Amino acid sequence: MPQPARAPVRHFLRTRHGRAFVYQALALGALVAAGWLLWHNTADNLAARQIRSGFGFLAQPSGFDIGEALFAYSSRDSYLRAFAVGVANTLRVALAGIVLATVLGTLIGIGRLAQNALLRGLCTAYVEVLRNVPLIIQLFAWYLVLTELLPAATEPLRFGTHFFLSKSGLQFPFPEWSTGWTVALAGVPIGILAAIGYRHWARQRRLRTGVAPPAVWPALLLALGMPVLGWLVGGAPTDFDVPAVGSFDVTGGAAATPEFLSLLIGLTGFTAAYIAENVRSGVLAVPGGQTEAAAALGLSRGLTLRLVLLPQALRVIVPPLTSQYLNLTKNSSLAVAIGYPDVVSIANTTINQNGQALECVLMIMTVYLAINLMTALLMGWYNRRVAIVER
Amino acid sequence: MTAPIPFVPLPARAPPRAASGLLAWVRRHLFGSPGNALTTLALAGLAAYALPPALRWLVGSAVWHPDYAACRALDHAGACWGFVAEKWRLILFGRYPFAEQWRPLAATAIVVAALVVTAIPACWRRWLGGVWVLALASFFVLMSGGILGLARVDTGLWGGLPLTVLLTLVGMGASIPIGILLALARRSELPLLRALATLYIELVRGVPLITVLFTASFVFPLLLPQGMRVDVLTRIALGIVLFQAAYMAEVVRGGLQALPKGQYEAAAALGLSWWRTQQKVILPQALTLVIPGFVNSLLSTFMDTSLVTVVSMYDLTGALRLALGDAQWRSFFLEGYLFIALIYFACCFAMSRYSHWLEHRLNRWTRR
Repeated sequence: MPQPARAPVRHFLRTRHGRAFVYQALALGALVAAGWLLWHNTADNLAARQIRSGFGFLAQPSGFDIGEALFAYSSRDSYLRAFAVGVANTLRVALAGIVLATVLGTLIGIGRLAQNALLRGLCTAYVEVLRNVPLIIQLFAWYLVLTELLPAATEPLRFGTHFFLSKSGLQFPFPEWSTGWTVALAGVPIGILAAIGYRHWARQRRLRTGVAPPAVWPALLLALGMPVLGWLVGGAPTDFDVPAVGSFDVTGGAAATPEFLSLLIGLTGFTAAYIAENVRSGVLAVPGGQTEAAAALGLSRGLTLRLVLLPQALRVIVPPLTSQYLNLTKNSSLAVAIGYPDVVSIANTTINQNGQALECVLMIMTVYLAINLMTALLMGWYNRRVAIVER
Repeated sequence: MTAPIPFVPLPARAPPRAASGLLAWVRRHLFGSPGNALTTLALAGLAAYALPPALRWLVGSAVWHPDYAACRALDHAGACWGFVAEKWRLILFGRYPFAEQWRPLAATAIVVAALVVTAIPACWRRWLGGVWVLALASFFVLMSGGILGLARVDTGLWGGLPLTVLLTLVGMGASIPIGILLALARRSELPLLRALATLYIELVRGVPLITVLFTASFVFPLLLPQGMRVDVLTRIALGIVLFQAAYMAEVVRGGLQALPKGQYEAAAALGLSWWRTQQKVILPQALTLVIPGFVNSLLSTFMDTSLVTVVSMYDLTGALRLALGDAQWRSFFLEGYLFIALIYFACCFAMSRYSHWLEHRLNRWTRR
């Protein structure tokens, strides 16, 4: 019997595959149509407002100054260089914040489990208060405290003899840069690599002979010794640029601006509250029987911590910790609210100058997505390493 | 044979010290070990050193009435709550016309009342949807006016706490349906939909909210057809919704993943279509599981709305900055920030406690 011509189509639509195909074709079509419409509108609008498009502007001189830059920059430099300064500033405050927040958060997280009720209460109060007040309010408050309540630069607060805190920020001694310091700095990665190498060798030897070489001290010695050795080889420079109070300002030394300081303090305090909760739940996740079992095996307290408790707690702590690190990095974009020149501030200034909002927003997104992607890759590697091996 | 050893009872041991009661608690938690006792003493010393001056500043020598001369004379030796007393209407309602400020007050009260009703599990009935439609309708009527003899107030003048509440509720309410669709798409068997949803969710979660707000404020106007204008409040609200939807999708996905596979198989065995399965079997269970997650999202949306001050909107945070723009009172910023921090803290703390309580309650259900 001859089939009507449309039957195969109708039949196709009744199958799972057929419907899946139609749905996806519709989704794709809608997406393309919306994309085309938006593109069209944007092109029209840009033309009407006489805004240029494309990334050509990056090569032009920016014409604005940046308050603090990690490398040489002036208003005659290109927009691209301005963006690079912004990215460097973002990374600088994020890295410092991550280190400080980890230390503070770990201390507070452990404090929340302390035997002492006062300490426990204090740490709990810290976590609850800091987590429940928006970060931007904390940043504004810190910024105003640092710029309004501190004494003027002519009579700064003194910490020791060489640290000065005033309305113009924190001034502290910094090495007069010479080859020796560069060599010392180069010793840091070499030392770390050497320590990792030593650990690897010690492990191989233990597996081969059954005799465990000391694991901790030689590795620490290598990691710390290499920079010192580098410093000695580089001629052991001891010249420090020491700040001093002048008649108008504190001169010399290195300085941290109030913008940087308030962003750093705010991010650290806020993120530490979240990290404290991660640490606490990680510690609680290790069953008490593990400590007892380790004791029954005759492990010392240090070994119990290092071989039994920490690996299990870290498995719980590290994944949420990473997302806190990413949150801190993303939150550093609030810098724009207090005038710290991070990548978002630079983009904001650029948009105000030439109106190329689309390009600038795309650039910010690219920077953060790149940071995210790198962290995700690193985390994937770490997770594969520490995942429970099921046999 | 030796004489039998006479039975001499050992002296009875002292009864164990009380393990409960206030004294036992103090002994255990404050003076349990030498280190513990030392910590207690150190913290008590710190409190004795720091608390009296802090209390004196906060309460004792504070100025409570809006008296600039008195505040100035105090020279920060005590808090100048007079700043808050002078400017509280500006802080709470932003630039909304002064004479009409009963309207945002009433509007916010209605919406908050609806929120409180929603928080009571016994009220989780169908009529709740009607309550919300009514509450939001009266909110918009009261705020924008133009009918019922109310003077019209442009959205550009909306500010303070009502704006914060509005952005939070719109951001939350509109992002839930979008989030559900995104979550379903991300777990779908259709590769293209799955890829698109995953791309969107990860892209948005990877960038800071500020970027999205910048997009809403600078880029959205470029995307619209020429001659069409959308006010900044709508654009920012849309930005918050699109941002929050990605996070909401992950919350919903958590619920979807928690359901055992048997639920899908049972629905398939009953011959339910995909949409029917989601509607009748999967979503009701998955969404109930993630109600505490919704409350947490509400909390973070509430905190996130404070960022709109960066794109020049006067929400609670922005309105305070507006109030601090008065050079006369500027130096009393700490009092102002403490005031709004207290408002945020009270709301957020209540929400997080509620979420905890709800989680326990729901666990009780599922455990049975």
